[in-house]
Amino acid sequence: MALLHIAEPGESAAPHQHKLAVGIDLGTTNSLVATVRSGLSVVLSDDLGRPLLPSVVRYHEDGGVDVGYEAQAEQARDPRNTIVSVKRFMGRGVRDIAHRESLPYDFEDVPGMVRLRTVAGVKSPVEVSAEILRALRQRAEHSLGGELVGAVITVPAYFDDAQRQATKDAAKLAGLSVLRLLNEPTAAAIAYGLDNGAEGIYAVYDLGGGTFDISILKLSRGVFEVMSTGGDSALGGDDFDQRIFCWILEAARLKPLSAEDARLLLTCAREAKEYLTNHGIAPINALLNSGERVDLKLTTEVFTEITRTLVAKTIKPVRKALRDAGLSVSEVKGVVMVGGATRMPQIQHAVGEFFNQEPLNNLDPDKVVALGAATQANLLAGNRGAGDDWLLLDVIPLSLGLETMGGLVEKLIPRNATIPVARAQEFTTFRDGQTAMALHVVQGERELVSDCRSLARFELRGIPPMVAGAARIRVTFQVDADGLLAVTAREQTSGVEASITVKPSYGLSDDEIANMLKDSMAHSKDDAVRRALKETQVEAQRLIEAVQSALKSDRDLLTDEQYALIETAVTRLQTAALGDDRRQISQAMNDLEAETRTFAAQRMDKTISKAMAGRRIEDLAGDETGSEKTGEHA
Amino acid sequence: MVSARDEINFNSDHFALFGLTPAFRIDPLSLDKRFREIQARVHPDRFAHATESERRVSLQWATRVNEAYQTLKNPLARAQYLLDLAGKNIDKENNTSMPPEFLMEQMEWREAVAEARRAHEYGELEQLHHRVKQRMNKRYEQLAESIDDHHDYAMAADRVRRLMFLEKLLAEIDDGMAALEA
Repeated sequence: MALLHIAEPGESAAPHQHKLAVGIDLGTTNSLVATVRSGLSVVLSDDLGRPLLPSVVRYHEDGGVDVGYEAQAEQARDPRNTIVSVKRFMGRGVRDIAHRESLPYDFEDVPGMVRLRTVAGVKSPVEVSAEILRALRQRAEHSLGGELVGAVITVPAYFDDAQRQATKDAAKLAGLSVLRLLNEPTAAAIAYGLDNGAEGIYAVYDLGGGTFDISILKLSRGVFEVMSTGGDSALGGDDFDQRIFCWILEAARLKPLSAEDARLLLTCAREAKEYLTNHGIAPINALLNSGERVDLKLTTEVFTEITRTLVAKTIKPVRKALRDAGLSVSEVKGVVMVGGATRMPQIQHAVGEFFNQEPLNNLDPDKVVALGAATQANLLAGNRGAGDDWLLLDVIPLSLGLETMGGLVEKLIPRNATIPVARAQEFTTFRDGQTAMALHVVQGERELVSDCRSLARFELRGIPPMVAGAARIRVTFQVDADGLLAVTAREQTSGVEASITVKPSYGLSDDEIANMLKDSMAHSKDDAVRRALKETQVEAQRLIEAVQSALKSDRDLLTDEQYALIETAVTRLQTAALGDDRRQISQAMNDLEAETRTFAAQRMDKTISKAMAGRRIEDLAGDETGSEKTGEHA
Repeated sequence: MVSARDEINFNSDHFALFGLTPAFRIDPLSLDKRFREIQARVHPDRFAHATESERRVSLQWATRVNEAYQTLKNPLARAQYLLDLAGKNIDKENNTSMPPEFLMEQMEWREAVAEARRAHEYGELEQLHHRVKQRMNKRYEQLAESIDDHHDYAMAADRVRRLMFLEKLLAEIDDGMAALEA
C-alpha cells in the first residue's frame, strides 16, 4: 500500500545487516513467536512443526521446568505445579482472581501481586511468564541462528499499568530486550491493514483465552490511529469453559471434585467448546479419579444459552468504545475478528448482528497478533525496506490520576489519550514546615479511589520547610509509547528534585527482579555470567552502530571538538567491548551516552526543521487542494 | 528558497509547529496531515533501536507534538489556547460573572438529564445529547467570529466560558447513557 515517504538518516539496513527481531504473542492459552523473513511475516514452529506453544508451565521438585505441550500433558496429573492461564494473574492480587476457589493452585496470600506455591518454591506470575518467553526466545534463536536484538511483545489493549509492567519484567527475566509493548488489537490491525490495503474505520474485536479487547482504529495511508479502546482484562474463552464446567457439574450431579478431576473436566469443557464450532452437538465423556463417570451431550443451543451473559458482556465495551471515538455503528467499515475464542458461532453471530455486517475472518485468529507484532518488530529493529513506513498512534485504555482529599480521584490523563502523553499538576503542603508528601497513583474511570486500581504509592522527601501552602510541588505523569507510566516530582520554588520512593501496589520492586534474575540464572542451563557478558557486548555493539550511523549523516551539526569527543568515547567503548569486563563495558556505554546527549537533541531539531521545510516547498509548488493558504506563519 | 526561514524557534507555539496561522478557523485536514508528517519523524517507534539519548529526545518531542495536536484539534481547547496567546485569562474557576438566565437554563438542562436518567429514558438522553451538540456548534460559529473576525477577546472569553458549561453538560449526558447501558 502507499505509505508515507520519509527518508530517515541511517534507517535502510543493507541485507547483511538484517537484525534478528521477533514479535511475541504472550497469550492466556497459547503463545507464539513470529518474525519477518524475506519481507514476509511468518510464525516460527517448534521442531515438530507446531506453531503454538501452550502457555503452560510445570515445575519439578529438582527445579526443572517444562513449558508447552509437555507441561500441558501432565496438567491433570500434577495440577498444583502445572500453571495454566498465568496471564490472568499478571499484576493482580489474589482477591482479583475470579473463580479462584475452583483453581487447583496453592495461592500465597501476600499483599501485592499474587504468588503460587509449587514444589520448586514460591513463584510470581512474572517468573512463570518468563519461562514461556524464554522457551519462545530459544525457539527463535535456534530457528534464526543468532542472538535476537529485540522483541515486540503484545499485551491486551485493556491491560492496566501493573499488568503491562509485569509483562515487561517477565521479558527482562527471560533475557529479552523489549523493543515495544504493543496492544494486541493494534498488532492485528497492522497485519490485516498491510495485507489488505485497508482504509477507513475498522473495529478489532479480540476475544482471547482470558482477555477481551475492542479497539476502534482509523486506517489511512500509512497511519494506524487508535481512536478508542475498551475491554475486560478478565474475560475470555476460559470463562466459556468455566460455564460448560459448571453445566457438567450440575448435569452429572457430581460431588465436590479433587484438583485432578477439576482439571480433567475443565479440559473436557474446552474440548466440547471447540467441537461445537463445527458441530451441533458435543459428546462429553470422562472417567473421574473418584470413580464417577461423566457421559453427557452438550448442544449448541444449550451452550449458547449458558454463555449468553458472557457474550453480552463483550458488547457493552464495544458500545462504549464507539461512543468514546464519537462514531456510530454505520461508520465502521469492517470488523476484524481476533483470538481463538472468536471461532464460537454465537460470538460471530452477536458481533455480526451488532455491527450489521459479516465480521472479517480471513486471517487466522490465533496467529494474526503474532504476525502483526513481527512486522512491527522488524520496523522497530531498523530493518526497513523502501515503502516500509507506517506510523502507529496508540492510546492508553484507562485514565490515570492521583488520590486527593476525601478519597477522590483527580484525573491527570484521560483514557484514550494518544501516547506518548504527559501531564503535570501542582500540589502544595498543608502544614508549616512539611518536608514530605505521600502520593497515591491510581488508574480507572471511577470517582472514588476505592473503585479504581491502585498502581503505586510515592513518598516525596526533601521538600524544603516552608509555611503551609507555599511549596509548589509539580508532579508530572509521563506515559511512554509502551503505555507505561513514569512519575516525577519537583519543588518549583526551590528547584529541589524531591526524592521518590515507589511502592508498586501490584508490581515487583527492582530488588525482587534482581533476585529472580539471579535465581533463574542459577537454574538455567546457560552459563549465567557468560550470557550476561554476551548481552552487554551486543548492547554495546548496537550503541556503537547507532552512534556511527548518526555521525555519518549529521557530522555537520558538530564542531570538530565535539566530534572528536564522541569519536574518542566510541573508540573507548569498542576497546572495552573486546574485553570481558562487563562493568567496564557498561561504564564506557554510559560515557558514550552522556557524550551524545546534546547531539541527539540537535539531530531531532534538524529532523523537525526538515519536516517544516518540506511543508513550505509543497505550498510553493501549489499542488495542495488550495482550500487555504496557511503555510505562511507569523 | 527555504533557507531564509531555516531558523525556527522550536519552543514556538502549537500553530507554528504545524505551519498554521494562529486562528480559530483552521483546516482540520491540513492539521491532521501536518501532525502525521511530524509525528512520523519524531515518534519513539522511529528510535526504538537508537541510543538512549535519542530515545529520550524522541519521547519528549512526540509528547509535545501530541499535546499540540490535541489542543488544536479540540475547538474549545484551541479557543482557550488562542486566548492564552492573546494574554487573555479565561478565569476558569470563577463563574460568578455568568448571567443568571444562562445559569437558569443550565439548571433546567441538568434537571432534564437527571430526570431522563432516573426514568431510564435512553432515547431522551440521546435527544438531549443531540440538542446540546447543536447548541454547541452554533456557539462555536459565534466564537469563530469573535476571535477571527472581530478580535474581540473579552467576548470570546465569555463564549468560551459558556461552552465549557455545555461541554460539561454533554459529558454528564454521556455518563448517563453509559450508566443506562450497564
